[in-house]
Amino acid sequence: MVLNPSGDVARQQGDLILWSTGLMLLIIVPVMVLTVLFAWRYRASNKDAEYKPDWDHSIMLELVIWSAPLLIIIALGALTWTSTHLLDPYRPLGRLSPTQAVKASERPLEVEVVSLDWKWLFIYPEQGVATVNELVVPVGRQVRFRLTSSSVMNAFYVPAMAGMIYTMPGMETKLHAVLNRPGQFPGISSNYSGAGYSHMRFTTHSVDDAGFARWVSEARAAKTPLDAATYLKLEKPSEKVPVMRFGGVDKGLFDRIVQMCPDPKRPCDTHNMGHGGQPGVNNRHAMPGEPEGALFKGNEEKHGGDHQSKPSGPAEGTQNPGSEANRNMTQLLRPRVPGASAADRA
Amino acid sequence: MSDSILKTIFGRLTLESFPIHEPILLVTFAGVMLGGLAVVGALTYFRLWGYLWKEWFTTVDHKRIGIMYIILALIMFLRGFADAVMMRLQQALAFGGSEGYLNAHHFDQVFTAHGVIMIFFVAMPFVTGLMNLVVPLQIGARDVSFPFLNNFSFWMTAFGAALVMVSLFVGEFARTGWLAMAPLSGLDYSPDVGVDYYIWALQVAGVGTLLSGVNLIATIVKMRAPGMTMMKMPVFVWTSLATNVLIVAAFPVLTAVLALLSLDRYAGTNFFTNTLGGNPMMYVNMIWIWGHPEVYILILPAFGIFSEVTSTFSSKRLFGYTSMVYATLVITILSYLVWLHHFFTMGSGASVNSFFGITTMIISIPTGAKIFNWLFTMYKGRVRFELPMMWTVAFMLTFVIGGMTGVILAVPPADFVLHNSLFLVAHFHNVIIGGVLFGLFAGVNYWWPKALGFRLDPFWGKVSFWCWVVGFWVAFAPVYILGLMGVTRRLRVFEDPSLQIWFIIAGFGAALIAVGILAMLIQFGVSILRRDQLRDLTGDPWGGRTLEWATSSPPPAYNFAFTPIVHDLDAWYDMKNRQAARPTGGYRDIHMPKNTGAGIIIAAFSAVCAFGLIWYMWWLAALGLIGVIAATIIHSFNYDRDFYIPAEEVTATEEAYGRQLAAAGAA
Amino acid sequence: MAEATIPPGAEAPMFYELDEHHHDAGSSTMLGFWMYLMSDCLIFAMLFACYGVYSGSLAGGPGPQELFDLKLVAVNTAMLLLSSITYGFAMIAAGEQNKGATLGWLAATGLFGLAFLGIELYEFSHLIHEGAGPWRSAFLSGFFTLVGTHGLHVTFGIIWLVVLMVQVSRGGLIAANQRRLQCLSLFWHFLDVVWIGVFTFVYLLGVLR
Repeated sequence: MVLNPSGDVARQQGDLILWSTGLMLLIIVPVMVLTVLFAWRYRASNKDAEYKPDWDHSIMLELVIWSAPLLIIIALGALTWTSTHLLDPYRPLGRLSPTQAVKASERPLEVEVVSLDWKWLFIYPEQGVATVNELVVPVGRQVRFRLTSSSVMNAFYVPAMAGMIYTMPGMETKLHAVLNRPGQFPGISSNYSGAGYSHMRFTTHSVDDAGFARWVSEARAAKTPLDAATYLKLEKPSEKVPVMRFGGVDKGLFDRIVQMCPDPKRPCDTHNMGHGGQPGVNNRHAMPGEPEGALFKGNEEKHGGDHQSKPSGPAEGTQNPGSEANRNMTQLLRPRVPGASAADRA
Repeated sequence: MSDSILKTIFGRLTLESFPIHEPILLVTFAGVMLGGLAVVGALTYFRLWGYLWKEWFTTVDHKRIGIMYIILALIMFLRGFADAVMMRLQQALAFGGSEGYLNAHHFDQVFTAHGVIMIFFVAMPFVTGLMNLVVPLQIGARDVSFPFLNNFSFWMTAFGAALVMVSLFVGEFARTGWLAMAPLSGLDYSPDVGVDYYIWALQVAGVGTLLSGVNLIATIVKMRAPGMTMMKMPVFVWTSLATNVLIVAAFPVLTAVLALLSLDRYAGTNFFTNTLGGNPMMYVNMIWIWGHPEVYILILPAFGIFSEVTSTFSSKRLFGYTSMVYATLVITILSYLVWLHHFFTMGSGASVNSFFGITTMIISIPTGAKIFNWLFTMYKGRVRFELPMMWTVAFMLTFVIGGMTGVILAVPPADFVLHNSLFLVAHFHNVIIGGVLFGLFAGVNYWWPKALGFRLDPFWGKVSFWCWVVGFWVAFAPVYILGLMGVTRRLRVFEDPSLQIWFIIAGFGAALIAVGILAMLIQFGVSILRRDQLRDLTGDPWGGRTLEWATSSPPPAYNFAFTPIVHDLDAWYDMKNRQAARPTGGYRDIHMPKNTGAGIIIAAFSAVCAFGLIWYMWWLAALGLIGVIAATIIHSFNYDRDFYIPAEEVTATEEAYGRQLAAAGAA
Repeated sequence: MAEATIPPGAEAPMFYELDEHHHDAGSSTMLGFWMYLMSDCLIFAMLFACYGVYSGSLAGGPGPQELFDLKLVAVNTAMLLLSSITYGFAMIAAGEQNKGATLGWLAATGLFGLAFLGIELYEFSHLIHEGAGPWRSAFLSGFFTLVGTHGLHVTFGIIWLVVLMVQVSRGGLIAANQRRLQCLSLFWHFLDVVWIGVFTFVYLLGVLR
């Protein structure tokens, strides 16, 4: 999958693996051969082999053993420097495929990605739609992802499309990618994020332009829009969430999520500036219900030491995604979610 | 009694904290208890408690402390390996809608515990144990610089390990991955005791690690035998020095970052939280500033072992000693300049990423030079394939692959597709098993006769060797392949059924390794039973080259009746070569440190304090802390810390060794 | 190689040290303690780094200009510097084997140390009272942790000082106690150096910026 992907970025990254492997095999293979050869040739029972117990130094050999790896690393270093800059996820693509450059007139598709506990939210700001656990992109068109997270770190990874990038609460990362073949490709979170992590999957559909337009109009038909209230409900922990679509999106919702103030009742503190005029990370007021340190807990608040066991009864899975029983398999104590009111967690 | 009083006394410890409804844990618990009771019963029956306390628990003899470290490491290794088997089984089962047999709550603890135990409580004590055992002997010293601290360090490590084991049966362990990345490890998302167990187990053990690092540096710098200049130190001593410098310069960072995390959890500060200016990425950076040098803390002593073994069993001087030493030093320094390669995918700029990628690759140059040096040590030698040498050759063939995959991961764009994948998992197992563990096994086979006076049984050793080496590749080649298929780590269930076959193969590999471990245990058992046939009378069973072979096996408490004078890098080889006569008279009283129980007592109080903090039993924590301070102060009033081994006793010991040597020479 | 290092003038090389010198029991103590201090220094380095990174993370809370009272801190700094000077006198007295003077200077050191701690605790309680506790913002977390860790070190220094005074008064200025005095001296001056860093980096720069 990684070595034969469907996206141009992943293809270049896969090729890079092959190139660097090849470069290193130049030295690895001789070392392995020599190891076996010397071990065999100079075995103690072979009295014909030359024996020089005090031979321990050779300027020529030393030069070779330091310079041979050095040369390879110089080559690899050059390759690294250029490829890292070329394939920087923040850099807009220069080409869509080996034969096709990006046209200056063509704007990339904007997709905003939020990793929630434990599902993915995709917002299409230009189309005004949003989905959960379903990513649809037009084949052969550059996509510009802006990514963040609602609670803990995750990593957005569609192996067939491009390399992964972290999604982090209170911060925004970027990724540019393109899919060159139509089809369905699995996407995952590749950074462990808690109990429901294993089910944080989505399918990436690569469709032609007409298909994309069709899909957008279908999504717009969905009744519920993604407003702040819906989002606050959505961001609560849940697992095995089926595909959801929202026919409209609040303007600026993603930016408010990045600033970790999706609740419109509370202001975003954007006036606090950190270093060099950049907004400081997470530089905002306390969330209501943020836990105090353990030292300040009253006796009635001391809990969380239970040994949790697997409950009986099957989970309802995708048949009834909203059911609490879905969390039976994994999570018994609800983790505290910033942004949820204290009453919600009791 | 009212609930409030109960909570004050027991904090958040309730009956619910005990896993009485968990069959797996209950059976494990019963097994551990039965085994423990059997051991306790046997010790009581044979009246060994006094012996154990006087001769082992309170000992300040570096050799015995080294052996205790290694025993601790082996016990914890069995636990860590059991975790590994559980993961392999879960991942081989959980396909096509099956949830496997572990829920997330358990699986997440298992992979966290596996990582924590294998690094902190297997690899670290194993390495420290071997260094403790061998370094003073190799430099011709009678003990380490601070014998009491040595004992104390061991017990801190042991009680840290004990806390992790307690979490199995009281409460739970962390569900965060072995580095407990924030904000997942913060109070917001991990309100339970698991992360607190993690923090305090590592803090308690960390004190021990740091102090033993200080101790060994002082020993190597100050206590070398006359004539042993820096450039005449055996390579193992060099790599130990580098490792301990790394420990002293890296572990404070871990202490600091864990302290900040615990402040977040206990005092409500905002270092790594999502609110009020906290920045979880600081945690990631800080923990890896410790984490990357940690890798070299483990591998450098293994490199030292391979150097000693290759030279000894090739019956030849080590090729390129000077370049070996410089390579070690270059690795030591560079290990601080690469930490960011653990998170290229965080979104740093391309120049930053390529800088750290290239510094990482540069480390492979001195490492490559080392491999070549071992290669040319074998060249024109007489290579005897005893077990230590077999492990060394297996290491050389295995480790180069791990090194290669490591360099691939150091190329940032390649890392974008391989980071957090099973390819990464296979890579670090490849270098840690193929490098560190193989090195430690070589070391155990090599120095066992020195430590205990008899060699290890070669037959079971070879069985174990082949199961391990083949098992390793069967277990981890599929993991590499899965990584290249885009499968990431720490997943509990899978959807794509075509992947299952690879996980099943990996499971068979793990089973093969299990056989290897079993064979190793049998090897130990058989060797102990047959110790009379395997006895090492000369003290020099392998034709050794360094000073540890210049004394009897096991060495007397004072190691050397007369401090050897060093003229050559291969000091003992040189002495044998020039027929240096062992002095047979004129023995004097030998000044040695006294045993003390202070180490185990202070460490126990630390563990009590930690347990109180974990469970919010504030009175118990305070009690533990007061205990630590009081015991330390009381210990400081004890000025009577030395004694003399009388010359008659030395004479008797040395004459017995002389007779033994003569008998071995005649036979 | 093998024959390279026979000492000149020696007929047959010596391989064993037959006439052993008595090693001083504590010959490595200072080196070991120094290394411990360097590791401690690294902890402070991390805390300084954290404070620096979080210095702008006020989260709408009060900043250094509003919080720090330089006059109070100046008095505090003077206390610690004076304690270092008195410790220096204690070491001179110990070198002269003058037990009484040593104990006197040590007591003075301890009192200055206590004064330092008292002022620091007053400052902390004042800040917390004003709603600027360590939980208010990452900046304050960093501040309290850095300054508090230093204060904790001073506390342990004072406990050690008292224990050592008892030991000196009972056992006199024997070699073992001299060595301990030297270690504590290193520790105490080390804390002084760290405090100068705190004073400059945290208080002065904080107020001036």
